[in-house]
Amino acid sequence: MRRTLNPGRTVAWIVLIVLMLLTLFPFYWMLRTAFSDNTQLAGNPNSLLPVESTLGAFKRVLGLATVEEAQAQGGSGASVNFWLYLRNSLVVATVTTVCQVFFSAMAAYAFARLRWPGRDKVFAVFLAALMVPPIFTTLPNFVLIKNLGLLNSFAGIILPGAFMTPFAIFFLRQFFLGISRELEEAAMIDGAGHRKIFFGLILPMSAAPITTLAILTYINSWNDYFWPLLVGQQENVRVLTVALGVFRSQTPQGSPDWAGLMAATLIAALPMIILFLAFAKRITNSIGFSGIK
Amino acid sequence: MTATTSAPPGRKRRNLGDLKVALIFLGPATLGFVVFYIWPTLRGAYLSFTQYSLLSPPEFTGLKNYERMIHDGFFWNALVVTVEYVAINIGLQTVLAVLIAMLMYRLTKSITVRAVILLPYLVANVVVALVWYWMLDFQVGIVNQALTWIGIDPVAFFGDSAWAIPTVAGINIWRHMGYTALLVFAGLQTIPPYVYEAAAVDGSTEMKTFWRITLPLLRPVLVMVTVVTIIGSFQIFDTVAVTTQGGPINATRVIYYYIYERAFTRFDFGYASAMAMVLFAILAIVSLLQLRLLRAKESDLS
Repeated sequence: MRRTLNPGRTVAWIVLIVLMLLTLFPFYWMLRTAFSDNTQLAGNPNSLLPVESTLGAFKRVLGLATVEEAQAQGGSGASVNFWLYLRNSLVVATVTTVCQVFFSAMAAYAFARLRWPGRDKVFAVFLAALMVPPIFTTLPNFVLIKNLGLLNSFAGIILPGAFMTPFAIFFLRQFFLGISRELEEAAMIDGAGHRKIFFGLILPMSAAPITTLAILTYINSWNDYFWPLLVGQQENVRVLTVALGVFRSQTPQGSPDWAGLMAATLIAALPMIILFLAFAKRITNSIGFSGIK
Repeated sequence: MTATTSAPPGRKRRNLGDLKVALIFLGPATLGFVVFYIWPTLRGAYLSFTQYSLLSPPEFTGLKNYERMIHDGFFWNALVVTVEYVAINIGLQTVLAVLIAMLMYRLTKSITVRAVILLPYLVANVVVALVWYWMLDFQVGIVNQALTWIGIDPVAFFGDSAWAIPTVAGINIWRHMGYTALLVFAGLQTIPPYVYEAAAVDGSTEMKTFWRITLPLLRPVLVMVTVVTIIGSFQIFDTVAVTTQGGPINATRVIYYYIYERAFTRFDFGYASAMAMVLFAILAIVSLLQLRLLRAKESDLS
């Protein structure tokens, strides 16, 4: 491949840059609108900079503005408590990630490092579950959670994802398989049991893939909408995604509180964007892996 | 891998010996697997043959739900709308993803470029839906402002039934094209350079090389990408739930959303399960086709 800039390469660069701008523009527009004054927004819809730049929208969303102030700015005035939803999202995503990754790692160890009859058959059954579309298991799972009396509880939201996903087990098993037998045997000669090998050898040696999996799990869990919508409607356990849907339906149809809505989406998206920026390399590199199953 | 036991007579005992430890390590995952995957799958299949409103125990009604489906215009509409959505997604998203992947492959290995392209994929569907809902607003949305500026009449993206599905599809293509591009990009990197060198020696033009070499060699990846896209697209829900809620006049009442409505606003769980079963069957057929396409010839490289 030549590195000089011939006309073909120039055109290619322009196309790539346009595609990147197309990707980034909505994020900018979210930012620009969130910092705008809602009542002034309609009068100047195509200003590239925030219209009458203000923090009003954030104050409204975070419950720092009074009802009168909120209504004057075009908000519904209904109480929104994004701090609470932020906390709920944190609880759900953190507990789900820690449990799911840990239990999946244990299972992956059994599939990768232990020898027992029927192992590969059992693994195939776990993998086959990847084929079942979520909606199919969601309906009976909802009935189960309801019968257990766990609707509108953190347990109800977290439980189905807390123990494993077939993908997580598959992902970690691949890495565990690659660890050399000699190390394990040396540890065994030193008198280490399986528990010690798992915690002292396998887990530390797989820190990188485990971190990657944990980040992906966290992002997925944070962004999940359908399941928390079904089982976590009540305010005390409502997560950010569900709250956004509620917030959107609360804004009056005539002139929606666009600035407020964008401030809310920004608050919901920001933690994941920061997480992504911190681990961009790790995440982008893992995509190829997840594809080549 | 051979057994590493020191004494041959102990071989069989040792094989079962690991089983005990394995059971402990598999315990939690198996519990979750059985309770939240296996059991609901079986129960879902059973519920599809019942009438069940959550209030009283399910009542077995045989194939009634499936017969009802045949005569349910909304169900067929939901299928047609979903297929329309899936078709737009596979077409546009695959083409765009291959384009982006090719551009990245030829131009830059930069992680930053890859990260930018991937960014939308890491933001919640709900967030993406709301941002586009705002940008595509009929009156003050920036897209319609831009259209007006270049002399085109504003489009009611969500309000016009002809536009609603392409709009929802476009939003999801925007979210997913980067992810798909990275999958294709990973595939491009597995093509050995000597293939291109040979083509260059033969005097093949850039376009010819792409159509005759790159694309055929990408086939396994493209099959996988297409299947992932189809399976994902059939399950479109979040965007519809946040923006159009099935409207205008059923134009975006996709199958997943219709199942959701039946189950959770009408508490018609039996019927909803039957429709989920049909969706399951469709996706299973797609997956089987993938296996067929991939097995037919593992890779054109060999």
